[in-house]
Amino acid sequence: MGHWLNMQAKLSTKGLTKKYGAVVALEPTDIEVKKGELLTLLGPSGSGKTTLLQMVAGLVQPSGGKILYDGKDGTHLPPGKRGIGMVFQSYALFPHMSVKDNVAYPMRMRKTLAGEIDREVDRALAMVQMQHLAQRMPRELSGGQQQRVALARCFVYRPEIILLDEPLGALDKNLREHMQMEIRRLHRELGGTFIYVTHDQDEALTLSDRICLMNEARVEQIGTPAEMYHTPKSRFAASFLGHSNLLTGNVHVDANGSPSLAWAGSCLPLPPGGATAHSATLMVRPESISLVSPESGFLRGRITEVVFHGSDLKVLVDIQGGQNIVVRAPSESPAARLNDTVGVRWSPARSVLLTQ
Amino acid sequence: MRGNLFSSAWTRLRPLLPGLPALGFLMIFFLLPVGEILVNSLKVGDGGWGFEHYERLAALPAYARVLGTTFAISLTVAALSIVIAYPMAFLLSHMSVRRRMRWTIWLMVPFWTSYLVKTFAWILLLSRTGALGQLATALSDGTFYLGLIPSLSGVLIGMVHALVPLAVITMLPIMQGISAQLSGAAQTLGAGRSGAFLTVFLPLSLPGVWAAGLLVFITTLGFFIVPALLGTPKETMIAQLIISVILETFNMPFAGALSAVLLIATVLVFIAYDRAVGLSSIGGMESSRSGSSRGASSGLLMRATIRMGALLDRMANRVPNAIGSWSGSVLTGYAALLALLLVLPTLIVVPISITNSAALTFPPQGFSLRWYEAFITSPIWQAALIRSLLVGLSTALIGVTMGLGAALMLTRLNGRVSNAVFSFLVAPLILPRIIVAVGLFYLLGRLGLVGTEAGLVIGHVVLALPYVVVTLAAALKRYDWRLEDAAMILGAGAFTRMRTVMLPLLAPSAAAAFLLAFLTSFDDLTIAIFVSGGLSTTLPKQMWDDMVLQVNPTLAAVSTSLLLLVTAAVFLLSSFRRDR
Repeated sequence: MGHWLNMQAKLSTKGLTKKYGAVVALEPTDIEVKKGELLTLLGPSGSGKTTLLQMVAGLVQPSGGKILYDGKDGTHLPPGKRGIGMVFQSYALFPHMSVKDNVAYPMRMRKTLAGEIDREVDRALAMVQMQHLAQRMPRELSGGQQQRVALARCFVYRPEIILLDEPLGALDKNLREHMQMEIRRLHRELGGTFIYVTHDQDEALTLSDRICLMNEARVEQIGTPAEMYHTPKSRFAASFLGHSNLLTGNVHVDANGSPSLAWAGSCLPLPPGGATAHSATLMVRPESISLVSPESGFLRGRITEVVFHGSDLKVLVDIQGGQNIVVRAPSESPAARLNDTVGVRWSPARSVLLTQ
Repeated sequence: MRGNLFSSAWTRLRPLLPGLPALGFLMIFFLLPVGEILVNSLKVGDGGWGFEHYERLAALPAYARVLGTTFAISLTVAALSIVIAYPMAFLLSHMSVRRRMRWTIWLMVPFWTSYLVKTFAWILLLSRTGALGQLATALSDGTFYLGLIPSLSGVLIGMVHALVPLAVITMLPIMQGISAQLSGAAQTLGAGRSGAFLTVFLPLSLPGVWAAGLLVFITTLGFFIVPALLGTPKETMIAQLIISVILETFNMPFAGALSAVLLIATVLVFIAYDRAVGLSSIGGMESSRSGSSRGASSGLLMRATIRMGALLDRMANRVPNAIGSWSGSVLTGYAALLALLLVLPTLIVVPISITNSAALTFPPQGFSLRWYEAFITSPIWQAALIRSLLVGLSTALIGVTMGLGAALMLTRLNGRVSNAVFSFLVAPLILPRIIVAVGLFYLLGRLGLVGTEAGLVIGHVVLALPYVVVTLAAALKRYDWRLEDAAMILGAGAFTRMRTVMLPLLAPSAAAAFLLAFLTSFDDLTIAIFVSGGLSTTLPKQMWDDMVLQVNPTLAAVSTSLLLLVTAAVFLLSSFRRDR
């Protein structure tokens, strides 16, 4: 609503595309990144997210299209002149320079005065809590510490756009979650525009202002994490972000004119809104489903698996002929016992009908 | 439109520019002279063309005999070197990196020690008045005289000793590339230790064995120092013949025909090798084809190998101790003995150099540094030493500059083209050196560069470039190109990136390449024998002249000095490697 009133996009691409011979790495793509937002490019490997990032960085030349920085065409600028900073997948710290020299490098390239370099380097290292290791060499640091130095080296010259290429991929789970919080904090404090490549949906949900979901060399959907989670536009989006039950069948309209989906021998109610397509998929998130008595469920089936997950239980209900519904029930739920016959139902408003 | 066309061609060509000096240099001073040998050998006296020189070659049984001897000796040396080197390479490939580094020094010192020094040491050991001869006489109260040279066995000892390090170094990368898990997998699948070795490790290591055999064989084809000094006339090899034809009869076309025969033989061996094994197995690249292992994995041979492995394992199981540690220590013992045999004989030059007497006797009589004094104060030796140092440094400087450009270019070419260019750049290392020398002698003669330092430097750069390219190309392969991307984004231009990122990171490899190029030049006799004429001799040339004329203790002093230099250089090289 009223997007046209907003300020100009910080970064936008117009029909940006990349081909390697006959292989299309990125279909013509238009995206807009707003000033100060953190946008993640999320997708499986080969979805084109890294290609897109590298073209924005100027490391890969596009086969077509334009990249606008603050509305100005910068498609053919050298990487150092695009006002960007980049954090690489395995950090790309210069192994022959100390932490301090690594962070000072971009300042020296900009011919900053010596006193100012020291001040800025200290500031950047302080932001990532690495001042005490300024004299160390990269090989003497742990993975997490190297990551912090890479971030400091990127922030130190205050680039307006910061590109992060799976920066946490090499870290273990706990450290990764800690660094995600750090990156959120840095994004808040620096106020820059971040573009963050990841294939980890949890990371994307945790970090993003908006998620750009990519698949098969094109953009599948762009939206806030909540939009992406609650109203996916395609089966791919529904299955890639979070767990979902995807029930595919034919849409019928009964005598009263109310539509339903025929699935596993039952008629499932559809969410409000027009159902136009003949064949469609109904998406229901596991946590939207409740276990009820067999008579009052939309579907009935037998519990074949109950997995304890701490805050809740994951319950597998075998509907018939091997069709499974995944349900998340509260831990203390008394209804879930193995081999019980149960009914499942949900509020139709919390389901999504997908036609793509 | 035209501008566009030009600029797109320019964008495509520009990354290749740094390699052009090296390519051009090798075209002119390697490809052209070697090609000329072939062409000139077909010229006959009256300006026409014909096979006259080859007919003369074929007509005289003496020449055929020399050719036969050359091939027979080369084959024997290759076979012996492989057999002796294999267990050592096997052991090294199973060591930790740090331990392997320590052991490799014991290979690198003899590898880089001049053939002249090694051969001189064997003269001191094996001649009738030499150390071993004296020892035998003393032990038998003067009833037994042992003189092992000149003889065929002397030649074989000298050559195998000289080339075992090359064989080990060539086999090692292939063996290191064999995953240790494979032998483990074979054992979980029911093979014993020997069975796993015979059915898995041995077939996988064969490309390395063939590569080592090939390189030793081809190096031996061009040998003249060892047969000239340790052999009888019966062991005359083709390189000796070529040298005497050129330097004594000045019959260049005939020498050309002889070289051409050697060249054609070499090329045929290469083609046969490429068919059977694939050239890529040289230099540690993984073999695209491994015909030999394909053979071993099918049918009868495989069954026989498995049977053999089972038999060996049953025998081994009778040995009461834990078989692993037992065979391991036997292997270590063998390798230690081999390392000693590679290093010790050469050390004979040390006691001889500090003897007081003018005769080369053993045990040394009295202590004196007079031979070192003779070496340092003699104007001839002085001039030779200074010339060798100057030529060596110039060679290293030019070689590393051109080689770095060539290595950079290799990284920017796509796989197939890059392989072809790489093969061309290392070709001077693989052809018998004598061929390069003869070809250059023609060319430099016409350019008036024979007898000049410039001529020597040109020849030595041809020989040194392969070492430089191999060293730097390997370093660039390990180089993390994302550092360039990072520097580019952080605002560094092309030149600044080179200065602040690439060169500092490549410095240890560039220093290693510099040292290798220097040693190649400092050690070379083959080019020097033709190109440094008259007064302008180099150190190896002066040593050679002295050795042919009359061995003397000054040579021992020179040899000891060279030995010290090489040892220092090898330790320096290994410290560069450790830095990385």
